[in-house]
Amino acid sequence: MSNHGMTKSSVGRKILMALSGFFLLFFLLQHFSINMLSVISEDAFNSVSYFMGYNPVVQFVLQPILIFGVVFHLAMGIKLDMENRKARPVKYEQYNGAANASWMSRNMIITGLTVLAFLGLHFYDFWAHEMNEKFIEGGANSFANGGNPTRFFHELQEKFVDVWRVIIYVVAFVLLALHLLHGFQSAFQSVGFRHSKYTPIIKKLGNVYAILIPLGFIFIALYHYIDQLN
Amino acid sequence: MAEKFINIKLKIWRQKDSKSAGKFEEYPLPNVSTDSSFLEMLDLLNENLVEKGDEPVAFDHDCREGICGMCSLFINGEAHGPDRGVTTCQLHMRMFKDGETITIEPFRANPFPVIKDLVVDRTPFDRIMAKGGFVSVNTSGNTQDANAIPVPKADADKAFDAATCIGCGACVATCKNASAMLFVSAKVSQLALLPQGRVEAKERVMNMVHQMDIEGFGNCTNTGACEVECPKGISLENIARMNREYLKATIVSE
Repeated sequence: MSNHGMTKSSVGRKILMALSGFFLLFFLLQHFSINMLSVISEDAFNSVSYFMGYNPVVQFVLQPILIFGVVFHLAMGIKLDMENRKARPVKYEQYNGAANASWMSRNMIITGLTVLAFLGLHFYDFWAHEMNEKFIEGGANSFANGGNPTRFFHELQEKFVDVWRVIIYVVAFVLLALHLLHGFQSAFQSVGFRHSKYTPIIKKLGNVYAILIPLGFIFIALYHYIDQLN
Repeated sequence: MAEKFINIKLKIWRQKDSKSAGKFEEYPLPNVSTDSSFLEMLDLLNENLVEKGDEPVAFDHDCREGICGMCSLFINGEAHGPDRGVTTCQLHMRMFKDGETITIEPFRANPFPVIKDLVVDRTPFDRIMAKGGFVSVNTSGNTQDANAIPVPKADADKAFDAATCIGCGACVATCKNASAMLFVSAKVSQLALLPQGRVEAKERVMNMVHQMDIEGFGNCTNTGACEVECPKGISLENIARMNREYLKATIVSE
């Protein structure tokens, strides 16, 4: 039996792509829930952010897992897409892709790479800032000392003063929605979960998730922008 | 529907052999009966070409009744043309308009190299089948009669649906990734669903997927285009089953 390993076979990689996708779906929901707190209560947002930012388990166990998940999903996505292009070296003169598949399903690499570009900005905005605050500029002991537990809400609001950044957020989340409209239900198919009763429910749930969560992130960005207009 | 005659223009990929570079040639074709099949239309074109002393267009065909899987062709951007649930031999000229330009290309995929004009080499499918698309039977004379083993009707129906795959390669041709997963999954499923096939299920899925990868087919991204273009309506359910079978074979060992 030729077991050439999950990471080397096409079906194995597709399953891994789906599993990392599931993980990112779960993470996104968690991220959204915390962000939503910033609209509801400044204090609650600060205390949860402080916990996420200074709890050693979150910082040194969960955060590396998350970074691995993101890097794996995108590196594998790019690799698979490159292989797929190689599988058809001579292109069709006429190819009617819209006749048999949705735009979302055919352009996962485009929507995915746009989300990646946004992640670059997002890491610069928040993650790099956090690392600097906790480990570099803040001094060697600033993480251990716990830092300022009430800085997070203010730091969040600062990011949404510039209208251009808000526009970038909106565009990125629209593309994320398109990515999820295919990705959510596709991940279930990839791990082999298909059922005459549950698959239609998963597809509907996927559409709800893919639209509501990005819309919620857009709402949060707009809320903080408008909140600071006066 | 009453028979009509239409004038069409054909834009066809011509390639002398697997080593030569190919190019599109245009051929006007008048007086095509809307009752003729697409292949009969190509026969008409070839008769004209032969009469003029030109080289006829090479294309694959055999039974011409939609069961052998031999006819191929990528017509106006779709495998087996614009109709649904049909092979090219079952596609009729009534699907096209008078004055229309019809683009005809060979199935394009790295594992399906062009042999001549519109004929491509689909033997990678045979090599995948040779890796496990069968049940090993001891022919000592003691083989149990297949009918003696009870099979639930639902399973038998699903296995039969998968077995209707004729291996034409439309799934590969239409997939934006040139993936062969619909074909391979149908061939894995038709046996995995039956008790006779369960015995070798693990080896089968591992070996057939491995051969599919060696041949250089692309990866599946679940666009579902294959299912839409498949002349036999093979369901994506089979790909999910293959993924399950693969996962089981990978993480469970005896």
